Amino acid sequence: MQLSTKHLLGIRDLQPADIKIILDTATQFKEVLQRPVKKVPSLRDITVVNLFFENSTRTRISFELAEKRLSADTINFTASNSSVSKGETLLDTVNNILSMKVDLVVMRHSASGAPHFLAKHIPAAIINAGDGINEHPTQALLDAFSIREKLGTLKGKKIAIIGDIMHSRVALSNIYLLKKMGAEVMVAGPPTLIPKYIKEAFDVQIEYDLKKALQWCDVANVLRIQLERQNQVLFSSLREYNLAYGVKKSLLDSLKKEILVMHPGPINRGVEIDSDVADSQHSIILQQVENGVAVRMAVLYLLAGGKMQQH
Amino acid sequence: MTTILTEQQLELTIQRLCHQILEHHLHMENTVLIGLQPRGVYVSDRIAAQLKKQLGEEKVQYGKLDITFYRDDIRKELHVANQTDIPFSIEGKKVILIDDVLYTGRTIRAALDALLDYGRPAKVELCILIDRKSSRELPIQPDYAGKSIDSLISQKVKVLWKEKDGKEEVILL
Repeated sequence: MQLSTKHLLGIRDLQPADIKIILDTATQFKEVLQRPVKKVPSLRDITVVNLFFENSTRTRISFELAEKRLSADTINFTASNSSVSKGETLLDTVNNILSMKVDLVVMRHSASGAPHFLAKHIPAAIINAGDGINEHPTQALLDAFSIREKLGTLKGKKIAIIGDIMHSRVALSNIYLLKKMGAEVMVAGPPTLIPKYIKEAFDVQIEYDLKKALQWCDVANVLRIQLERQNQVLFSSLREYNLAYGVKKSLLDSLKKEILVMHPGPINRGVEIDSDVADSQHSIILQQVENGVAVRMAVLYLLAGGKMQQH
Repeated sequence: MTTILTEQQLELTIQRLCHQILEHHLHMENTVLIGLQPRGVYVSDRIAAQLKKQLGEEKVQYGKLDITFYRDDIRKELHVANQTDIPFSIEGKKVILIDDVLYTGRTIRAALDALLDYGRPAKVELCILIDRKSSRELPIQPDYAGKSIDSLISQKVKVLWKEKDGKEEVILL
């Protein structure tokens, strides 16, 4: 049993069979996290460096916990505290770290394609923890795991991704994964935040009316407004965004069926989602975070194991 | 291909193992059964069922353990992990590990490591259906053995079960 790739750079390169192996393995790791000793010795001969060139709370802690639960040694690198501020290049940074015999690199970078560039130049296996506005594969995997856990399967399920689709790596990774696993996908939000040819490119539905999107879907995955990635003002104000596209309790109560509400975090309460939704029983936001550790354990285990030396 | 145990012999062997276990653990008060995934559970299911029939459902504590994450060959090959379900504490208990074939002993070594992450048992005993006694790579021996055989490394012992293969039999290939 082996994944078809050496790295996890994006969902785009994964086969449905790979995704199934990752999710099934994550199920077993979730059980490990319920044990009195929440650790297995599988990666005790492995050193992982977490290279975060961008801010993160969830993802960084989640990866670090996953690595420690697998008994790996972990090194954390935050760009702001490093020689990157003295002008060191990405490749120099990584090669310096690799000369200290690091086996796996988990990287988040603001430039799309940074991990792909790195994969061409270094021998270690790379896990993309988010690259620019390209992909965030482990987020999509944990989202899929959470949906599968609640609804039993992904096939035939209707998932609406709501918000700033244009600048969201979470959206893209989710679209790739959900389509590969046979789900139906809709993107919803203001027209200025939805890429023009997304329907043709990925065979997803487009909806500009939030209520219609919520009526259609089984699961609503709500994205944060990516203020730090926008170069122009793409909607009038946060308040107006909230009035038209904020997920509110009154909207959910008016639907004919119960839907699940997801969010990759961090939440802007009162913007894309209201507090009484985020904290309601529709929301599986905290389960997503819990599942994130199990899913990342599965990815680390599957990439570190098997014929690693032969790559 | 040689038949090591026919369906009838297999059933009698499992019955005998149950009686041997009861001889040493009279009422199973402080004793628990743990079957190893993926193939040991076929043996442990039957042993647990028989002991439950004899002593009563609530007297027999039975769990399943998957040791995939404790294997020592992870860098060579990855195996599919199955479910672990141990719905009780093993602290201070006598644990009987149950597996189908004892070959090199590495699976049992991994099982001991996994078990010790669940607590500190008072004692661990090993119950094995088929003991390939001449091929050990670690100093591990069974406390209860169904049948001991001599075998070459090139040979394989296959245990067939009704629910998986349609019949019950142990063969040497």
